[in-house]
Amino acid sequence: MERNMSLTKVVMPEQDPNVRNKNFEEVTLGYTKEMAMEEARRCLNCKKTPCMSGCPVNVPIPEFIGKVAEGDFEAAYQVITRENALPAICGRVCPQEKQCEGNCVRGVKGEPVGIGRLERFVADYHMANKKKSEVSIEKNGKKVAVVGSGPAGITCAGELAKKGYEVTVFEALHKAGGVLSYGIPEFRLPKDLVAKEIDNVKELGVKIETNVVIGRSITVDELLQDGYDAVFIGSGAGLPRFLRIPGENLLGVYSANEFLTRVNLMKGYKFPEVPTPVKVGKNVAVVGAGNVAMDAARTAKRLGAENVYIVYRRGEDELPARKEEIHHAKEEGVIFRLLNNPSAIIGKDGWVTGIEVVKQELGEPDASGRRSPVPVEGSNYVIDVDTVIIAIGQSPNPLIQQTTEGLETQKWGGIIVQEETMETSKEYVYAGGDTVSGAATVILAMGAGKKAAAAIHEKLSK
Amino acid sequence: MYKIVKKEVLNQAVELMEVHAPFVARKCEAGQFVIVRVDEDGERVPLTIADYDREKETVTIIYQVVGYSTELLSKKKAGDFVCDFVGPLGKPAPLHKVDHVIGVAGGVGAAPLYPQLRKLHEMGVKVDVIIGGRSAEFVILEEKFKEFCDHVYIATNDGSKGKEGFVTDVLTELIEKGEKFDEVIAIGPLIMMKSVVNVTKPLNIPTGVSLNPVMIDGTGMCGGCRVTVGGKTQFACVDGPDFDGFLVDFDECMMRQGMYKEEEHQCRMGRGAQ
Repeated sequence: MERNMSLTKVVMPEQDPNVRNKNFEEVTLGYTKEMAMEEARRCLNCKKTPCMSGCPVNVPIPEFIGKVAEGDFEAAYQVITRENALPAICGRVCPQEKQCEGNCVRGVKGEPVGIGRLERFVADYHMANKKKSEVSIEKNGKKVAVVGSGPAGITCAGELAKKGYEVTVFEALHKAGGVLSYGIPEFRLPKDLVAKEIDNVKELGVKIETNVVIGRSITVDELLQDGYDAVFIGSGAGLPRFLRIPGENLLGVYSANEFLTRVNLMKGYKFPEVPTPVKVGKNVAVVGAGNVAMDAARTAKRLGAENVYIVYRRGEDELPARKEEIHHAKEEGVIFRLLNNPSAIIGKDGWVTGIEVVKQELGEPDASGRRSPVPVEGSNYVIDVDTVIIAIGQSPNPLIQQTTEGLETQKWGGIIVQEETMETSKEYVYAGGDTVSGAATVILAMGAGKKAAAAIHEKLSK
Repeated sequence: MYKIVKKEVLNQAVELMEVHAPFVARKCEAGQFVIVRVDEDGERVPLTIADYDREKETVTIIYQVVGYSTELLSKKKAGDFVCDFVGPLGKPAPLHKVDHVIGVAGGVGAAPLYPQLRKLHEMGVKVDVIIGGRSAEFVILEEKFKEFCDHVYIATNDGSKGKEGFVTDVLTELIEKGEKFDEVIAIGPLIMMKSVVNVTKPLNIPTGVSLNPVMIDGTGMCGGCRVTVGGKTQFACVDGPDFDGFLVDFDECMMRQGMYKEEEHQCRMGRGAQ
């Protein structure tokens, strides 16, 4: 097979920025078979597989890409799903530039192989062409409860079901998927696709109980008393952080969680066709610059806001979001006000009228290794906005920690686990994903869920 | 899906429903609430728990038909189903074993007050209640309260039942007559709870109130229900819904209640026509 030595990735078709910033359809349109095969031929099939060392779930990347190059897409799918249960999702939301693609040899000179795009293609191809297959797994008679149906929980549940465990996933909301359903917007991760990936896990025999809030409806200890042999906690980082500056309780101030949940989970963008409203004014400030902030900003734009600002206290190089999201946000007309730190939210008659910010300079690197912002005295000014969305991060929801006796946590609320097994301070109770690490990525949560599943299996097999 | 096992119309604006919800019925305590979604694509509506039956695995909700979603709920009959029913949410009410407590209910606020007072009675506390309503028809649960309250006082705005005036008039009168209350629990419209606190705070009678702000998930995730209590931001859904009335910033609560005024109207108009 002839190798494709192009220095750039095969371009993936996208909706035009000025069209897509007014709709909620997916931004990127995916490869065709021909495009995928052409891109796959850029892979050098390195013996040392540096790409794989960057993957938290060890997808055999060169092997699946080889199958794509041959045009055997179903075989490629089987290779990926040996290690990754949610490829259609990972192909879309993983920060590939920091993981697989970041280690790709082709990236030394030119662009790395489009591993994420290929993974997405393979998963989408499989979904479109899938034949109904009967799964028959011999049950081992053991029961595991999984708390939360986000990436960590779903992955853990799927892995255990494959090994014959009877798995029940408890979800607090009315819909499964966790952050994939309430957090990441439709235009970046279509919800019917999330539903299909979850259906795949259900086909393995996993039962999902929605509307059960662990810690309130039933506790972890009660689950163990009720006959579950082990419990995995993947409850995520759902508690929104606020800035603790004046004016934060004014009308028009949202946490990104609330704003995105209204739009994604409750479909507020269809109001009044659906009854849950979401209000977005003409001018919107989004505070923060991670993926959640980009999602909120781009959502606000799509809901009709004229000016949407990303207000961030550090600079361009420190932007924590995925590169592609930043690029897309800029293309769609989101305005970046970098090195601006909010000091107050200003209002009139209870409603937001502006956000006061102080300009910053970059100083010495802080504990996170990023250069820390230093305020420039007297540089404060007001950006006129009628909506402020706070997207500065989330912490683990304390409900489970507060209601589970003997569960040790970090000062900031994260559950403490043994790194090798993800077992908590309580025997037979495991945890992983954002509730352990603090807000991170979908793929890291999946990696944790997978690791815990292996450890649970080992423990319960003894 | 959650089956409605019983439905009762209490007055032209208030209805009662008993719903089969094993997970909620198994653990709920006085003061907690549920979130109900009537149908697919429906709103998540927080409603307080008025009663429960652990054996029948049912939970009773009493709600006022005030907007699109409660109107939709009101169309359901016994034997029908609601799409989602999640809980119990919030913390159980902090009930203390003191000598004498008086509950003050405004309108549909009598519903969440009922299990709290009953629990206090079971704890051996002497309980009285003042129930207020616009007119006689809007005074609910009088007979239920009579089962365990030593005194049931009524106040109506038009004087069609009990005293003509506000619940605070009755409360003030009782206190002036020399009644001693160790604690007051006030549940009803924000303005009513604020008025009760205006009576009790100068006299230093500890007063609990129950808040029901705009929220989505009810598990601490959206932060929409934030309220300032004692100068600190709290989430009513997980830190409450019951708070020390002396510390609640009622004016801010009332302001925040107005976030979707315009949309509520639009929703009723737009969808009502369908």
